[in-house]
Amino acid sequence: MDAPVIRFAGVSRTYPMEGELVEALRSIDLEIMQGELMAIMGPSGSGKSTMMHIAGLLDTLSRGRYELEGEDVSSLTKNQRADIRNRRIGFIFQSFNLLARCSALENVELPMLYHRPGVAERRERALAALEAVGMADRAQHLPRQLSGGQQQRVAVARALVNRPALILADEPTGNLDTRTGREIIRLLSSLHEQGITVVLVTHDPEVGRAMRRRVFLRDGLLERDEAA
Amino acid sequence: MDILGTVVRLALRGLMAYKARSLLTMLGIIIGIGAVIVMISVGRGANASIQKQISDLGANMLMVYSGSTKKGGVKGGYGSKPTLRAGDAQAIARECPAVAEVTHITLRSSQVVAGEKNWNTTVYGTTSSYPLVRDWPMEQGEFLTSQHLRSASNVAVLGATVVKNLFAPGEAALGGKIRINNVPFTVIGVLASKGSDPHGRDQDDALFVPYTTFSRKLHGRRLPGVVNVIALSARSKRLVPEAKREVEELLRQKHRIAPGAEDDFSVRALDEYAQMADKTMDIMTILLTSVAAISLVVGGIGIMNIMLVSVTERTREIGIRMAVGARERDVLIQFLTEAMTMSVLGGVLGTLLGVGVAKAVGWATGWMSPIDVDAILLATLFSAGVGVFFGYYPARQASRMDLIEALRYE
Repeated sequence: MDAPVIRFAGVSRTYPMEGELVEALRSIDLEIMQGELMAIMGPSGSGKSTMMHIAGLLDTLSRGRYELEGEDVSSLTKNQRADIRNRRIGFIFQSFNLLARCSALENVELPMLYHRPGVAERRERALAALEAVGMADRAQHLPRQLSGGQQQRVAVARALVNRPALILADEPTGNLDTRTGREIIRLLSSLHEQGITVVLVTHDPEVGRAMRRRVFLRDGLLERDEAA
Repeated sequence: MDILGTVVRLALRGLMAYKARSLLTMLGIIIGIGAVIVMISVGRGANASIQKQISDLGANMLMVYSGSTKKGGVKGGYGSKPTLRAGDAQAIARECPAVAEVTHITLRSSQVVAGEKNWNTTVYGTTSSYPLVRDWPMEQGEFLTSQHLRSASNVAVLGATVVKNLFAPGEAALGGKIRINNVPFTVIGVLASKGSDPHGRDQDDALFVPYTTFSRKLHGRRLPGVVNVIALSARSKRLVPEAKREVEELLRQKHRIAPGAEDDFSVRALDEYAQMADKTMDIMTILLTSVAAISLVVGGIGIMNIMLVSVTERTREIGIRMAVGARERDVLIQFLTEAMTMSVLGGVLGTLLGVGVAKAVGWATGWMSPIDVDAILLATLFSAGVGVFFGYYPARQASRMDLIEALRYE
């Protein structure tokens, strides 16, 4: 294996809250290698969401160093972070986060809107991504016409469409029933088999067990790191 | 370009999702732009119509009225003192180089009879150059000639309204016999219809006879040779002030008015009316433009308000877009485009409304109300400008939103 996809070195994140500084992450050291399938686990308030936001360049770190695919991304501008999110990271959220007024196809096209391939290529790639998650026949449906599992599949297609190196999923099964949740986990596992690095945040032990590696956070500290 | 297409399509979809709200928001712009279009086209139509009426009175025409009487401090109006004479008109024709044609008029209201019909009209005693000064073509026959004037012939030229009231439709007026104050006259000509003057008086309700006949046979004036009005035309529009100066100088000299003393006559140029109409028009334009501008500002504030609401409502959407890679600029452009879509759509609807109203007004008043491409272009640009100006603040709010907070927003 070459350079890790994610390398955290002493990453800390503090928030000012009601006049006090809250330490959400305290000096985390972590490496995630290319092609891993990993869960970040821990009780609520443990800092796992903050860790994912930082890994996904949605948030900035207060101290330490973050390297994404060997490149230091600790202190980038807002627009530089937007570009990296767009090209190299795919996001999946607990509440799907699809645009309600856009069809499944348009939702999948969304990241490419900021990446500028032509209309034809955009459409082609969006359809291919929907095909990959088994949603090609629902391309013209609006999110409200789809079940939760179907919406999450569309969200997975959206995360895939710019061929990212890393997919980050924040409680992807949190709003789904057990059976549908398992389907989504299987879908994510199959992405991992194609060589994409998948990191998800969950507090569901069953989901955690399906991963190859689990890290446990508590009070902003890395408590345990176990590989299957 | 296709990105812009997508953004505009999404913006339109957003507007359609809240039809009533969008329409109400656009109403300010619709009314503002509509008002601008109506104002410009109706204003121009009205002005053109006034200018046409004034030039119909006679191109470059000046009128000389006799002065006012003064009895024990009580002053009569213009024309109350009989100071103008036919000789003055002849002198003007001889001695004023800036003057092209001169005529004089004596007038009195009289009952005119033709067969079984009769009509009360204004009878003018005038000269052969009257139609030249007034720039008034003949419909049929000829106007009074100098031969008619010399021999004080019993001949008359009729205005269109008089013909209509004295002769049945289809009956030939030309060569017809009429009686004015029981004196028989032969109709030798009919003037083309000229319509109303700027005061709304029907210019075609008039009958013309030689001034010699008028004073000798119709209304033996107590003061022979006295006329009511001298009308004259300058050689060109540019020479109107020059002609006025020459006439004033000549008449002061002829009437032996001492330097510093008050004139016993007054000269008025018709282009003063035109200038007056222009000035009125300018004031109206300023007034209506400010009303339209206020309406556009109010409309713009409406758009800003709704865009701020929209930005808040769509916090989550903004978060999603930013998460998948929208830069600040992308979000800014999106919301700016939505504001502009709303204002331009308002502008287009306002233009349609304005054109409709202008057409209706033109149809009702008979004014030509030209719909200006300039005005429409201006209105569209203006509404787009309003969109950018009032959309910028909400769009900037959207683009500066905190990503994590936006994603958490319920």
